[in-house]
Amino acid sequence: MGFWEKVMKLDRRWVFLLIALAVFIPFLKPLNLPITVTKPVKDVFDEVERIPPNGSPLMISTDYAPSTAPELDPMLYALLRQCFASKRRVILLSLDTQGAGMAQAGLDAVTKEFPNVKSGVDYVFLGYQPGWSAVILSMGEEIRKSFPTDAYGVPLDSLPMMKYVHNYNDIPFVIDLSGSSAPMSWVMYAGARYGQRVGVGTTAVSAAQYYPFLSTGQFVGMLGGLKGAAEYERLIVKKGYTKAREVATIGMDAQSIAHLVILFLIIIGNIAFFASRSYKERRLKSV
Amino acid sequence: MRRKIPLSIAFIFGVIMIIQFFIPHPVSRDFFQMILDWMIIVGAFTYILAVSSLIRVHKGKIKRKKEGWGYSYVTLIALVITAIIGVIGGAFQPTKVTTTLFQKINWHLQQPTILMVIYRYIQMPMQATMFSLLAFFIASAAFRAFKARNITAVLLLITAFIVMLGRVPVGSLITRRLPETFHLSNVVEWILNYPNMAAQRGILIGVGLGMIATALKIILGIERGYLGGGD
Repeated sequence: MGFWEKVMKLDRRWVFLLIALAVFIPFLKPLNLPITVTKPVKDVFDEVERIPPNGSPLMISTDYAPSTAPELDPMLYALLRQCFASKRRVILLSLDTQGAGMAQAGLDAVTKEFPNVKSGVDYVFLGYQPGWSAVILSMGEEIRKSFPTDAYGVPLDSLPMMKYVHNYNDIPFVIDLSGSSAPMSWVMYAGARYGQRVGVGTTAVSAAQYYPFLSTGQFVGMLGGLKGAAEYERLIVKKGYTKAREVATIGMDAQSIAHLVILFLIIIGNIAFFASRSYKERRLKSV
Repeated sequence: MRRKIPLSIAFIFGVIMIIQFFIPHPVSRDFFQMILDWMIIVGAFTYILAVSSLIRVHKGKIKRKKEGWGYSYVTLIALVITAIIGVIGGAFQPTKVTTTLFQKINWHLQQPTILMVIYRYIQMPMQATMFSLLAFFIASAAFRAFKARNITAVLLLITAFIVMLGRVPVGSLITRRLPETFHLSNVVEWILNYPNMAAQRGILIGVGLGMIATALKIILGIERGYLGGGD
C-alpha cells in the first residue's frame, strides 16, 4: 500500500484529535485576530442605538435551543448589555419551547453586571407561548392577548414599563435570535402585515438564506453566526458599554484555526485521492 | 358527511380570512383576534398529541424489546419527572408549594425553580454536547468525501474554500495586502449577495407560489391530504 493510500485510510480518530486541538488551543492562548465589522451587523447596532433611552422598548425573541447557544448566546448577551448600559428597555419572549430558558439564562447572567436593572421597569420577560405565527400576529393587535402576564406571573398592566406598550406600534425594533426558520415568520407576519422593523441574529449555516430579505430591507440588519456576534461585541466594547469577556471574539480564534484545519484536511484528502488513483492505474497497466 | 363538514369549514374560514385581510373595520379586527386566540389554543393542544405519540412509540419499543429499548425507559421516566416538577414547581417562578417546602427543609436553590436547574445543568450541556460533535463529523466527512471529482465538485470546493476562509478573521488577515475588493471577507459578501441570493430568491419565489397554490387547493377542496387516509 502506497503512502497516499494509507492517508486515505487514516483512522478518523486522528481527524477528531486534530479538530479538538484546533478548537482547544486558541482558548488557552488567544490569537487576537482582527475583527472587521460588516454592514449588516452595524445596521442592527445603529437601529438599537436609534431607540430613545427610557422610551419604547426593543423586543428580542429568543427562538433557539441550547444546541445553537454558542453562536446565539453571545448575540443575546451583547444586545442586553447594550440596552442595559444605555438605559434602553427590553422585552424578551420566546416562540420556541426551549428559547424561554435561554432568555432566562441570558437575563440571569447579564443582570448581575447591572444590579440597578429591574424586571418590569427596565426589562420584561414574557416567557414562552405556543402558536408561533398566531402569536406574532396577535401581538400586532395587543400583546396582552398572547401574554396577559410576564413569565413570573405578574399581570402586564401592573408593570410600569408596559403601561404604554400594547402592540408593534409601540415597539420600534424587533430582533429575532434563531437557528431555525423563525425569522421568516417575523418578516412575513410582523414585518409585512404590521410594518414592524425586524432584525435577525442567526447561525452561520442559516445566514445564507436571509440575504434576499436583507437586500430588500425586510431585515434591517443581520448578525450571522459567531462572526456576527464577535462583530457586535466589538461594537459595544468600542462604544464603552461593557468590559465583559468577549466570548464570541475568543471563539472566532478557535473557529479560524478549525476552518484552516478542515481546509488542510480537504486538500490532503484530495491529493491522497488523486495520487492513490494514479498509483492504482499505474499498477493496473504494469499488470 | 365526515368529509363534507371539514371541507366546508376549510372553505368558509379560508374565504372569510382572505376577505377579512382587506377590511380594517373593528369588527373584522376582533374576528381576526378571535381566530388568532383559537389558533394559539389549538397550538397548545398539539402538545397533548406530541406527548401521547411519544409515549405510544416508546411503549411499543419496550413491549417488543426493540434494540435500545432500555433508553425508552429513560425517556419516559424523564418525561414524567420533568412534567411533574414543572407543574408542581413552576417554570420561572417557584410556586407556593415549593417555596413552603424549601423553607421547611431550609434548602436554597441557585436557580429560581427546579425546572430551571434541570434545564440549565442537564438539558443545556447535553444538547450543546450533541451539537458540538458535528464539528468532528463534518471535519471527518470533508476529509473523506469532499473530492474534486468533476467540474461541479470543483466549483463547490472553490466556493467552500473562499467562504470558509472569508467567514473567519484569518481570511482577512491573509488578504489584507490585496486591494479592498479582493479581501476575502468582501469576496464572501459578494458570493452571498449575488450568486447565493439569486438562487435563494428563485427557491423562495417557487416556495411562495407553491404555498399559494396549496392554500387555494385546500380552500377549494381539491387538496384533501389533511383529512387523513380514512373514509
